[in-house]
Amino acid sequence: MLLWPLISVPLGTGAALCLAGRSANRPAPLLAVAAALATLGLAVTAAVARPEASAPLFTGMRAGLAVDGLSAVMVITVAAVTLGVVLFSTGEFGQGENRGRFFGLMLLFAGAMFVTVTATTLPLLLMAWEAMGATSWALIGYWWQQPERVRAADVAFLTTRTADLGLYLAAGAALAGGIGSLRLDALPHAAPPWLNVVTAGAVAAALGKSAQLPFSFWLSRAMLGPSPVSALLHSATMVAAGAYLLLRLHPLLAAATWAGPLVAWTGALTALALGIVAIAQSDLKQLLAASTSAQIGFMVLAAGSGGVAGGLTQLVAHAATKSALFLAAGAWLTALGTKQLPALRGAARRYRMVGAAFAVGTLTLAGLPPLSLWAAKDEVLAAARAENSGLYAVGLAAAAVSAVYSVKALWYVTRPLPTDAEAGYDTEGHGTRRVPRPVSFPLWALTGLAAVLGVLALPGPASWVRHLVGTPAEPSPTAWELGLSAGVALAAATWAWRYSSRPAPVPGAVARWAKGWLGLERGARLLVAGPVPALARALAVFDDRVVDGAVRQSARAGLAAARFARRLDDGGIDAAVGAVASGARGLGRWARRPQTGLVHQYYAQAAVGFCALILIVLLVR
Amino acid sequence: MLSVVVFLPLAVCTALLLLPSRALSDRACGRVWIATATADLALVIALWASFDSRGGLQYQQRVRWIPSAGVGYHVGVDGLSLPLVALSCLLFLAVAVFSLRERRRVRSYVCLFLFLQTVSLGLFVALDLILFFVFFDLSIVGMFFVIAGWGHGERARAAALKFFLYTFIGSLALLLGFIGLYLAADPHTFDIVDLTRADPLAGRGLYAGLVLLAIGVGLAVKTPTVPFHTWLPPAHTDAPAAGSAILAGVLLKMGTYGFVRIAMPLLPGSWRRYALAIVVVGAVSVVYGALVALAQTDFKRMIAYTSVNHMGYIILAVGAAGTLAGSDAQTRSLAVTGAVTQMVSHGLITGALFLLTGVLYDRGRTYAIDAYSGLAAHTPRFAAVTAVAAFASLGIPGFSGFIAEFQIFTGSLASQTVATAIAVTGILITAALFLRALRGMFLGVPRLPRTIATRGIADLKGSEAMSTVALLAVALVIGVAPRWLLDVIEPAGHTVIGLVAR
Repeated sequence: MLLWPLISVPLGTGAALCLAGRSANRPAPLLAVAAALATLGLAVTAAVARPEASAPLFTGMRAGLAVDGLSAVMVITVAAVTLGVVLFSTGEFGQGENRGRFFGLMLLFAGAMFVTVTATTLPLLLMAWEAMGATSWALIGYWWQQPERVRAADVAFLTTRTADLGLYLAAGAALAGGIGSLRLDALPHAAPPWLNVVTAGAVAAALGKSAQLPFSFWLSRAMLGPSPVSALLHSATMVAAGAYLLLRLHPLLAAATWAGPLVAWTGALTALALGIVAIAQSDLKQLLAASTSAQIGFMVLAAGSGGVAGGLTQLVAHAATKSALFLAAGAWLTALGTKQLPALRGAARRYRMVGAAFAVGTLTLAGLPPLSLWAAKDEVLAAARAENSGLYAVGLAAAAVSAVYSVKALWYVTRPLPTDAEAGYDTEGHGTRRVPRPVSFPLWALTGLAAVLGVLALPGPASWVRHLVGTPAEPSPTAWELGLSAGVALAAATWAWRYSSRPAPVPGAVARWAKGWLGLERGARLLVAGPVPALARALAVFDDRVVDGAVRQSARAGLAAARFARRLDDGGIDAAVGAVASGARGLGRWARRPQTGLVHQYYAQAAVGFCALILIVLLVR
Repeated sequence: MLSVVVFLPLAVCTALLLLPSRALSDRACGRVWIATATADLALVIALWASFDSRGGLQYQQRVRWIPSAGVGYHVGVDGLSLPLVALSCLLFLAVAVFSLRERRRVRSYVCLFLFLQTVSLGLFVALDLILFFVFFDLSIVGMFFVIAGWGHGERARAAALKFFLYTFIGSLALLLGFIGLYLAADPHTFDIVDLTRADPLAGRGLYAGLVLLAIGVGLAVKTPTVPFHTWLPPAHTDAPAAGSAILAGVLLKMGTYGFVRIAMPLLPGSWRRYALAIVVVGAVSVVYGALVALAQTDFKRMIAYTSVNHMGYIILAVGAAGTLAGSDAQTRSLAVTGAVTQMVSHGLITGALFLLTGVLYDRGRTYAIDAYSGLAAHTPRFAAVTAVAAFASLGIPGFSGFIAEFQIFTGSLASQTVATAIAVTGILITAALFLRALRGMFLGVPRLPRTIATRGIADLKGSEAMSTVALLAVALVIGVAPRWLLDVIEPAGHTVIGLVAR
């Protein structure tokens, strides 16, 4: 009975805060922190106690919740990052903001994520999955007065929902394939060919949520949301949900033989391509966003090649690292009013506490030993190498790329403070020129975790993680693999540090292409977002002119028929009636003629009549 | 008991009409209306409380009416009709509360709605085809006067006339079909229960097909489905908000309810035979309705077209429930349960949305989306409630729409894979159109139409907030904890699929 409080505390508090809105501005931060803290406590307890719960939902389907090994790690990660981000937000959002709505939505969002990672049946997972999408819309578009932020929220929601359609199809296909309960662990037993539909649908939904190729562009737009939102959405939740789903469904990927390689290659290519996109960015949040896609790519690669424990380790380490980095970027954005890398030169020297945390974060992200992502990534790459050496090579290249973009970001912020620094500030809004006090604790707590979570990849803890998620036979990296990846990361980092000041040695068109996120959004506009409204407009005209036109024409035809009938009635039937009447009148006139009233004429008429009668009698006889 | 529920509003209506006009102020009329609607809702809740969900038709009452023609007064409720009866009572109560601010000819207005309530409830409990038909036609008459009398000016009268003639022709087709059923039955009868038992058209190929065509067209006009939907947008756009809410929330359900109450159980053979055609109509309505809605520039017209989309899901589901190949009892039961849930859900959510458009018109005198911008700055509560209603309507989990649509999709995919896969895109298009409208009207830089005076724009008032929030709250309860509703619908849905499969 731990599960209901685990989801109802954040959901309930969040809903209440949302409803209260501005009127809860004063207590909102405190209430949110208290709820997040309570949730973390409940999550840890649940991770130990492993509760299960379920309730009937639809015919033959239940809404099931359970905490198993994988979920245990996820709930703690989500709860910890949520707490950190909520703590950070108490300093970011002043009395002028609608704090009730902000903190309420953050908690609702986190609650939806808890349901996602503990759901044991597809309907409940889909419910939480889509609710998470809706709350992410409200969070990204939090500053709704600015149309471009709302448009960004729309793009994010519509893109992820497009992919979510896959889960609706997967649910129907699973039912058709004989899995009436829609339990996640029963999905691999779906009868072919439905098995393929189930797998394809789930994979599409996961790739969309995780901003993998070709859906990555929504993540770029989502950066217009507040920084704490980016820190929460793009570390432990939302994008991580897609990776989680693939890790959760790895038996399904294995059952449909084509799915594993497809997922693994998508992840590997995303890690490489979006890493290159990250290098090309000159906006710190965009760089971090592209790197999120790339790092999630490693998790997807792990899920596709059966490295569940490795993928999970990568997920946890990345969640801590990336949330800390987004918080640091957000602190600078608030203080200096900019997120442009050239303008942020010297930012780390100006705010040393934030700068130091950022440095640790970027070095972790770079995959430098002995920090966490180095070891986690090698776990993933070991699984990939066991699958296919091509995957390993692409993964290693992606690791080198991640070192380059991380060091690039670090290089900028650690430059000496330029004398005209002020000129570059306040591009996004008016900066406060100070870092609020509540920022430091969550920032350092998450940074600390980012640095040390590598212990999970040590042989002892790594095998513990493998037993936790139930894949004890997963390969672990050999010494040479660890050494090779460390060497690659170090070499790439050194190269990047030395050449960061110069423009990249690639043609301008390629650089622009990478900077514009590979033109993915333009492609989506060209293929979907452009033609569909055009089709809609054409159909609307068709509806007015043709469909309704036919109705109007038949009404008009009815009127014409009526007019014709009127003419027929007036000129035909009624005229005939008139003719009969006037004929009768004529006859009457004729009949009136003999009635003269003169007796002698009557005698004459009688005489004629008798003559006629006699004539008839004579003739007949 | 059931007859009391049905005729209580009519009795109050008669009393109001008989009282001298000076005896009752407009305010008192409104109060009487709310009291009546509340009492009726309370009665229905009492019925629901003592309803046995596994007991089939209950609270039946059978009185001789025109025995020489096989027509009787036969009423009763089961799991298909009880949720719709409750929905109607709730919607009429919400509309009564919402209409507290109505100032034009209040007494006639109240009387018309009370009359419409009796007609609507009567239709959902009717178990005789002629009784059903009478209520079906009277609903058209009542709504005609609502649109023509309280709509937006001259256009409203044209829209009302179009609505009346179009749906009236539909009802004639329906009558033709009913007579076809009557003639085939031996002994001749219009009683739905007797006809269901007898299945008079079993094995009567073409004749049965023609009867289904007549009934199907009659119900399709009312539902409405593509291509019989073009009366709907003008009727909605020019009707008063309360009329639109009742039209969308209750009157459209008469069509879809007819499918599960009459077409499926009485014509099982032809239903199975022509299931594919029905599914195609449903899928086309879903996608076509959503796309045309996406292109609208008028907020109310857009919502009207989303009704075509939402009704399309129901037609898809009932068609899939008639496809035996590839499906099993579980999938077909899900489809029918989803269809009935969708009727309830659409009534709640679209009812609320139409009431909200009434607020919009009241403040700005226009429905044009691009006349507004950033309304949330002036009217935060109105914006919040509309946003919630929009998300509920686009099927976000946590509201009843998802419960309905998920069951429809999962229940239909097995037997009608392609059509369902196409129909699933409907939820994406509706998401796009609602987000576009929200962004255009409520978010962004605040800008108001010139029609609004310098005094500014007022936020949701008490009666407006109460009526809309109540409807959305029920949708939320169904979305979070649907079992209390599904427990009632599922056994009845099971009965229907059993009847269709025989």
